[in-house]
Amino acid sequence: MTEGIWAALYILLLAAFTGYEVICRVPVILHTPLMSGSNFIHGVVLVGAMVALGKADTPTETVIGFIGVLLGAMNAAGGYAVTERMLKMFEKKKAP
Amino acid sequence: MEPIIQITYFLTAFLFIFGLKRMSSPMTARSGIIWAGFAMMFATVVTFFWPGLSHYTLMIIAVVIGSSIAWILAKKVSMKDMPQMIAVYNGMGGGSAAAIACVELLKNEMANTGLAALAVAGGLIGAIAFTGSVIAFAKLQGLMKERPVTFPNQQHINLIVLASSVVLGILLLSIGWGFLVPLFFAAALAFGIMMTLPIGGGDMPVVISLYNALTGLAVGFEGFAMGNAAMIVAGTVVGAAGTLLTLLMAKAMNRSLANVLFGAFGQEVTATEGEIKGSLKPIEIDDAAIMMAYADKVIIIPGYGMAVAQAQHKVRELAETLEKRGITVKYAIHPVAGRMPGHMNVLLAEANVPYEKLFDIEEVNPEFSNTDVSLVIGANDVVNPAAKTNPASPIYGMPILDVDRSKNCLVIKRGKGKGFAGIENELFFKENTRMLYGDAQDVVGKLVQSLKRL
Repeated sequence: MTEGIWAALYILLLAAFTGYEVICRVPVILHTPLMSGSNFIHGVVLVGAMVALGKADTPTETVIGFIGVLLGAMNAAGGYAVTERMLKMFEKKKAP
Repeated sequence: MEPIIQITYFLTAFLFIFGLKRMSSPMTARSGIIWAGFAMMFATVVTFFWPGLSHYTLMIIAVVIGSSIAWILAKKVSMKDMPQMIAVYNGMGGGSAAAIACVELLKNEMANTGLAALAVAGGLIGAIAFTGSVIAFAKLQGLMKERPVTFPNQQHINLIVLASSVVLGILLLSIGWGFLVPLFFAAALAFGIMMTLPIGGGDMPVVISLYNALTGLAVGFEGFAMGNAAMIVAGTVVGAAGTLLTLLMAKAMNRSLANVLFGAFGQEVTATEGEIKGSLKPIEIDDAAIMMAYADKVIIIPGYGMAVAQAQHKVRELAETLEKRGITVKYAIHPVAGRMPGHMNVLLAEANVPYEKLFDIEEVNPEFSNTDVSLVIGANDVVNPAAKTNPASPIYGMPILDVDRSKNCLVIKRGKGKGFAGIENELFFKENTRMLYGDAQDVVGKLVQSLKRL
């Protein structure tokens, strides 16, 4: 078990640096779209909520799990739609 | 099925990072979100095959309802309201992470205390991000007052609420009494609300970004607790990227994060403000049009007023009309004009204003002294000279656009009210400043008509 935790901690470390590196030289104009994009990416919480709901035993757990999936789905779908709308506008600029 | 799930999650994590990387450059940005979108779809589908799950019907219902509502709302909402949409969807993610934590804690079957502690931490952070984002949404959407809500001993009371949620979390871990779970979440949810109430509308972008980072972190922690690698990687990447983004935004506004969170910025400023000499001088549309028509160089400074009025298309038309007369037209974009960094760029891009005509603060500031007319469209704090001259001003030290140096200044403004920061703008009272009151779209439209008649 401890082995698993250590592996996960290394993942944490590397992922944190990755996040930092990806963002650190970004032009200001992209701050909003990037915030929106990262907002979409943490929508992956949906898969966790699905597992939580799928493993729920009592009615209380089921209700909370259901809410979790609902909220997670909103995060993922809404986050994608907002970001895509915003970024679509940058693409037009490619061909003058 | 297990290996296929793991492989898919691995690819998901890769594509998220790849997508985020592509999103960090304007040219590849759109493909970035599409890659990430595919990854999300695969991850969701493959999760249905996770071993030992039940409640499939409920799962499908929740996914379908949640994603359709969010999708339709996100497609319908106007561009100016994007910031609060990000806030609300971010809040949903935080709430989802908190819900996961809640189920895990109620089941109380986690392998060891370390994992349980992570579940508690993720639940706490997720719950704070949930209610905090919802309040941020309500403030930006105008469902509640944007001005900071303050009361005596607020910081102390907030601290007590936060401390009690932490203590409840620790008790939960050590004693494991199930009835503590609702108390713990109630305290965390309450803290999210109380933390956001004293923060004014102008600071919301920074706060939303912070809650975005917090949600990422919460998702990462819950990923640990559930042994879900995709969640660990995605959550942590967003947590780190979001934290950095928050600091960059705060820096662009020349504020420290602590100041944003605890400064109760945007309160009515008391007597420290110096008296402003001069008066507000209105001008007729036709006179303003003539002023621009005989200029050599016009700089347009858009602000939140342009976003509210959806005036970006009219503004482009105005610029084109001026250019036909041989006038040089540039746009000066302050990094925090509007409600979020880059808000103006997004709106002007929507109206097909060419990229090359947008200039940021360092590029454009030296040009104001040889500019005949600066046209300020619904911007206020970002052109307020008090940021340079008045150390008592709450925006003192923030870089501003030096509009006051141009030969003439036209200001389109809805009314005589103050900006986000709640302070008077002496630019509006200057000798060579003229005011055009009204809705930005309406006023700019009339300017175009008037120019075409000349």
